[in-house]
Amino acid sequence: MSTIVSLPDQSTARLPKVSYLNKEYGLKSWLLTGDHKRIAVLYMISITFFFFIGGAMAALIRLQLLTPYSDLLAEDTYNKVFTAHGLIMVFFFLVPSVPATIGNFLIPIMVGAKDLAFPKINLLSWYLYVAAGIMMLCVLTFGGVDTGWTFTTPLSTHYLNTNVVTAGLAVFVAGFSSIFTGLNFIVTIHRMRAPGMTWFRLPLFVWSHYAASILMVLGTPVLAITLVLVVLERTIGIGVFDPTKGGDPLLFQHLFWFYSHPAVYIMILPGMGVISEVISTFSRKRVFGYTAVAFSSVAIAVFGFFVWAHHMFIMGISNYSALVFSLLTMLVAVPSAIKIFNWAATLYKGSITFETPMLYAFGFLGLFTIGGLTGVFLGSLGMDIHLTETYFIVAHFHFVMVGGMLMAYLAGVHFWWPKITGRMYPEGVSRLAAVTTFIGFVLTFFPQFVLGYLGMPRRYAAYPPEFQVLNVFSSAGATVLGIGYLLPLLYLTWSLKYGKIAGPNPWQATGLEWQIQSPPLTENFEKTPIVTHEAYDYEWLANKTKNEVTTVG
Amino acid sequence: MQHFISPVLWQFLVKWLTHFAIFPPEASTIAPYADALYFFLIVISVIGLGAVAFLVAFFSIRYRQSRNPVATQIEGSTLLEATWTIIPLILFMITFVWGALLYFRIYSPPPNAMNIYVVGKQWMWKIEHPGGQHEINALHIPIDQPIQLTLISQDVFHSFSVPAFRVKREVIPGRYNTVWFEATRPGVYHLFCTQYCGTLHSQMIGWVYAMKPEDYQAWAAGSTSGHSLAQNGERLFASLGCNSCHNSTPNAHGPNLANVYGSHVQLANGQVTTVDDAFLRDTILNPTLHEVAGYAPIMPTYQGQVSEDGLIDLVEYIKRLDSNYRIDQTIDNSAGQPVQTGATPGGTSAPPLAPGAVKP
Amino acid sequence: MDSHAIAAQTAEPAQLEHEHPAFLRHHFENVAQQREAATFGMWLFLLTEIMFFGGLFCAYLIFRNWYYPAFVAGSHTLHIWAGTLNTTLLIISSFTMAMAVHAAEVRHRTPLLRWMIITIVLGCGFLCVKAYEWHDEWVNHHVPGLNFSIREFTHTNPAYPADKPLAPDMAEKTQIYYSLYFVMTGMHALHMIIGVGLLTILLIRARAGAFTNGHIAPVENFGLYWHFVDIVWIFLFPLLYLISRHQ
Repeated sequence: MSTIVSLPDQSTARLPKVSYLNKEYGLKSWLLTGDHKRIAVLYMISITFFFFIGGAMAALIRLQLLTPYSDLLAEDTYNKVFTAHGLIMVFFFLVPSVPATIGNFLIPIMVGAKDLAFPKINLLSWYLYVAAGIMMLCVLTFGGVDTGWTFTTPLSTHYLNTNVVTAGLAVFVAGFSSIFTGLNFIVTIHRMRAPGMTWFRLPLFVWSHYAASILMVLGTPVLAITLVLVVLERTIGIGVFDPTKGGDPLLFQHLFWFYSHPAVYIMILPGMGVISEVISTFSRKRVFGYTAVAFSSVAIAVFGFFVWAHHMFIMGISNYSALVFSLLTMLVAVPSAIKIFNWAATLYKGSITFETPMLYAFGFLGLFTIGGLTGVFLGSLGMDIHLTETYFIVAHFHFVMVGGMLMAYLAGVHFWWPKITGRMYPEGVSRLAAVTTFIGFVLTFFPQFVLGYLGMPRRYAAYPPEFQVLNVFSSAGATVLGIGYLLPLLYLTWSLKYGKIAGPNPWQATGLEWQIQSPPLTENFEKTPIVTHEAYDYEWLANKTKNEVTTVG
Repeated sequence: MQHFISPVLWQFLVKWLTHFAIFPPEASTIAPYADALYFFLIVISVIGLGAVAFLVAFFSIRYRQSRNPVATQIEGSTLLEATWTIIPLILFMITFVWGALLYFRIYSPPPNAMNIYVVGKQWMWKIEHPGGQHEINALHIPIDQPIQLTLISQDVFHSFSVPAFRVKREVIPGRYNTVWFEATRPGVYHLFCTQYCGTLHSQMIGWVYAMKPEDYQAWAAGSTSGHSLAQNGERLFASLGCNSCHNSTPNAHGPNLANVYGSHVQLANGQVTTVDDAFLRDTILNPTLHEVAGYAPIMPTYQGQVSEDGLIDLVEYIKRLDSNYRIDQTIDNSAGQPVQTGATPGGTSAPPLAPGAVKP
Repeated sequence: MDSHAIAAQTAEPAQLEHEHPAFLRHHFENVAQQREAATFGMWLFLLTEIMFFGGLFCAYLIFRNWYYPAFVAGSHTLHIWAGTLNTTLLIISSFTMAMAVHAAEVRHRTPLLRWMIITIVLGCGFLCVKAYEWHDEWVNHHVPGLNFSIREFTHTNPAYPADKPLAPDMAEKTQIYYSLYFVMTGMHALHMIIGVGLLTILLIRARAGAFTNGHIAPVENFGLYWHFVDIVWIFLFPLLYLISRHQ
């Protein structure tokens, strides 16, 4: 199969003598580092750890749902398992996945800077994540929590005796980790671009992260105060959400979803940034409609703040309020559609190869489209009445988050793996893993759309027997999906020692990160780059490579 | 056939075929409209996905590296951007309007709807028919008759869902929510709680029995507890001492409640409001928020003294109250009762709380 | 190797200091960029704080609208002298903080230390008054969930004889007022405590001369934070203390 991969001669190639990985040795040099690249690696290890815990929870869920009865787990245990799955996957995997790992690594390099604006705050951000993670592990060890990841009151404030307070505080701390990451990105992008790097020469990856960072910075504090109120109501008994004391449980819903809706855009926008980079590189073409894609990212961020009550259509909000939120929900869907078409159009007259990152990107295009379109189903008021709180919702958000975001994350990890580690992953098994993931995913989650329309409610430990067949399909798919996710863990670890030496630019990509060595120096650039070319300028790259002698080491 | 493939697999296939249904039954008047919208959405999704999939597949095959070694750099096209902005926008706006119409229909009950009360609690549904039939996790209704459900929770958030009717409504503590439907086919349909509410959330399920009108009448006659909700309400009204202020004596402390339901009242703050279920319930619990013009604000609160079921009984009673005749009779009787305090005409300002009020 | 490092190795000491002040972090090109980035970062952080408090203001807005008489009654139990004193203390402390920033700008160490110490003292004074007020609420059974009692509200308030006593159901709603009072002033006090702590650390570093050599960004940005905390109080004071006080 044709490929654009261009590696140095493996018999003579060596990893560079000095890079950020070997500049200093010892645990302290890693745990007290200010280097954004090392922090990115620390994050990558931590979120992978939490991903597999969340995945284990998912496995338990799908095992439980093989039969219509609660014969594997007791109801209480099942409730704790799906809560853990949700909390861990949302707050400890999806939110930090691309921004804290790939974003942290690449944003300074892509703008031409030596580091993020506030390296110590970056490190603090990781420590907050770890502290929150430890609190979450304590919750899991000492009896779990069974509120659902949405902490709905009054259930969470008055009717449960599990570790609600610890879980709420864990999410609170994780939220600050997210806020500091976003803050760092915004200041870096505004103030530390290299000479000549204008806003419209930035890679679209940077635009996506900028938009996501706005959401992180403005939205997460509202979640923080909401959780504080829940904790206080639960511990000392203030009554802001308690109708018997004059409070209103719907107030909680408004405050919670005010963050949690933008949260989903925090999760997806960085992934969309990865897709822009990958599709461009493997079509050898600039992204079609750069300005449209850049502005769409910002539009999603802005509109994303005004649609939160579409999670509350059936809760008793006024019909007129519902009208406004439904209209805005339809509007927020449009920029995502624009992006999908722009990416498809990038393929036109390109020169396309099918390396693993591109396979994941294709998977993203298909699955995110389905997920996004089903979001339109849910934004349509009358349809939402039948579909909400069923497995249709579960299928919808897994399509956008797993079929969309997780695929984008894997695309990014594979694409920048040679830059981060200096080594290539093995292409054959990685393509197999990508295809396996795609097949497993569709098999797992497509039946859930049908289950949802049939009316099967979500968060059910047991269900009417006539739903069993579709559930069995779903669980079977989950097994395949699990294999698809285990494989990268194995071969990526293998590649750290045995992978081929990649050289600075194995994909022959544009972008400042590909003009420096792999792995990069601690200070990224030997001298501050002066940018004279547009983003995705393959002609500039062709000229540059013609006049250069590539050496490694 | 069973001899050629494993019996387990055969059983699985049979089960699959017989249970093969992708839609729940269409058992209400609104169900076909919901399904029509769903079909429309599926069609535009298939078209949209098909367009994207086709473009991606076609371009990646036609322009694969071996067939097209040199890429052509294209900046963009404003016309294309406009096209794929406007067409999705139009489709989404159609979806919005269609969905909004359906929503308003489902959440705006017709005036002739028969009202049934539903109280959700962990982990069961208590259904209370005005005629005095009480059900747990079951709802018997006649077909071809609009039914309105008035829903409230005793504890946490629940959600009342009948997929066959395509209706669902959150059941929350602190206020009534309503939803309505009109069943069209006799049958037995799933009833689910769809808002996670704790341990036995998945057991908070039941059945809706849609019956032909004559069957429903038979059922109603045979299942009544003997007292309608309004009758229970009348007893509560007296035992809580409401009759001491809300009667038709010349200097009554409280507004006359006969025929008050559905009327407009002017509140002390000048606003005019309609007396509906929510107003009645909330006035009993938070009288100061609903002070009626022309009356001293002396009504005590019954928060903590009446359960949701009791409130439903009282609301039902007041709804159907068209004369103070029986109330006035109870006052006359109660003047000699030591339990009813401060109930003399001419009035005192002491709130007439009845100790030991019975909560049904 | 980094160009700055190469230059540093071969330059003379005087040139070294001019090219590369000790407080310039290596990932910044120059001091101006570092200062601008730090200030931008602080403004952005303050924006997050606005969103944080915003949730509480939103809840306050809704509940005051629903339960206005309860909010009036609750507000009238707060000591207006305490609130006014606190407001004065904070406004003065913002002034002293601004003077401290100025002292840093003109590189006068002793005034800098003096103004910082006064700001700390004023901040602590604020916290002492707040502690007294909270203690008072506890004694009067105004702490929601813990020892709340509505008795005071169902009887006439001697300080406000024109106020009618509340009916029991409206009196129950005062609990919402106090919940918001404690959470809002509590969050504010927490930010004050963090502020006083940070200022103490800055004071220690200022004593060693860290901020009188041109490196004023930390003092300047802390000043921004301090002024923000002051502004939050300026909103809290009328919303909590001054409801319907014109009688």
